Amino acid sequence: MLDLHGYGPRLLEGAGVTLQLAVLSLALAVLLGLLTASARMSRNWLLQRIAILYTTVIRGVPDLVLMMLLFFGGQMALNVVTDAVYDRFGVDWYVNLNAFAAGALTIGFIFGAYMGETFRGAFMAVDHGQIEAGKAYGMSPWLVFRRIRFPQMMRHALPGISNNWMVLLKTTALVSVIGLTDMVRVAAEASRATHEPFTFLIPVAAVYLLIASVSEWLFARLQKRYDVGFGGH
Amino acid sequence: MPDITLWFQDLLAGNVIFTPQTLGYYWDGLVTTTQLVFLSLVIGLVLAVPLAIGRSSERRWISLPIYLYTYVFRGTPLLIQLYIIYYGVVFFDGIQETFLWPMLREAFYPALIAFTLNTAAYTTEIFRGAIKATGRGEIEAARAYGMSDALMMRRIILPSAFRRALPAYGNEVIFMLHASAIASVVTLMDLTGAARFVYARFYAPFEAFLFVAAIYLCLTFAILYFFRWLEKRLLAHLRPQS
Repeated sequence: MLDLHGYGPRLLEGAGVTLQLAVLSLALAVLLGLLTASARMSRNWLLQRIAILYTTVIRGVPDLVLMMLLFFGGQMALNVVTDAVYDRFGVDWYVNLNAFAAGALTIGFIFGAYMGETFRGAFMAVDHGQIEAGKAYGMSPWLVFRRIRFPQMMRHALPGISNNWMVLLKTTALVSVIGLTDMVRVAAEASRATHEPFTFLIPVAAVYLLIASVSEWLFARLQKRYDVGFGGH
Repeated sequence: MPDITLWFQDLLAGNVIFTPQTLGYYWDGLVTTTQLVFLSLVIGLVLAVPLAIGRSSERRWISLPIYLYTYVFRGTPLLIQLYIIYYGVVFFDGIQETFLWPMLREAFYPALIAFTLNTAAYTTEIFRGAIKATGRGEIEAARAYGMSDALMMRRIILPSAFRRALPAYGNEVIFMLHASAIASVVTLMDLTGAARFVYARFYAPFEAFLFVAAIYLCLTFAILYFFRWLEKRLLAHLRPQS
């Protein structure tokens, strides 16, 4: 049924690439975001500065430009490093930056900056008395983070995370430009080859809407979970 | 003028990549990006005001189609919207015979249409939120004065909604500037297009993209400070009095 001039299976594969890329980048972005938020709130002056520089610069430059810089420039930087290794140690070692890895790293790196701001706001919204109570119980800082700060922070962070996820999902479409065969690239190729753009682009748009709708539902459920004990809703 | 030219040549002496010629590409790219973003924002804003009023309407046959439009345009990547318009515009029957064709054949106008429709969708939702947040007391006061719905919209709801929408709209402007980078995908020589050209010509990713990133960063900050200044002026009455 979904043959689409033989492009059906490739489109489906592309949809898989899009979804995997989005989820992997999200995981990376959340991790980087937590690190950035911690750096922003630390007492170390240097760490603070680095975090501010990272969040400001990344959020001030278009995703596509960053993606091209990291993708094209990243390969070149890697080549320089591997050449240096060869010259010095005689080890013939070549790393080819895989388009999927480069895409996930870049998107994760970009959205880490947005997540950092989201988490910072959320951490600051946690009642300080809660943290003090945890300390009074003799909890270690890690235990305070795991049992008190993180779960309470998530309640405030979820709307922002959900928002960032929706933007991230749409940003994955850009990897088609740097050569990754996600569903947008397959659809664009098929449109050019068959001169039937609507046949391919509209189903792809529908898949994005579907993923967005499903994740909206999932985030609503998560929010309910993290709102437990706060009443309302 | 010759003084500046001389100074410029001095500055660029020995520089292989940033010659007056490549800087010219970047300048043309800046002009294209500015035109594209400015035009789509202005037209999008004009479209968004009536759409937001319609979206806030209690009549579902008005609000539902507008909701669908914003849902689709906010839920799908701009790149897909651009492709659909860029590749799809040919398929409107008879469009090749109309006076519009020479315009639509170039990449600029399909990109402008896609960006306008996209920003109009986001702006509609921003304004709708602002309209919904109008204080009940203000509406009751307007009713008590015997204002008609249209007069109330014009004199009470819209002016305060515009002010409330300002911070979110500032973000949308920055978002649009950044989103415009994808115009380079459909062969348009905007800022990013110029950077891609320089990259391809000299195989110098760092120089080409870092330079353009710096330009975008400056533009972003200019927009940011402009909106901050605007907010300070227009939202002065909401600041705590000292």
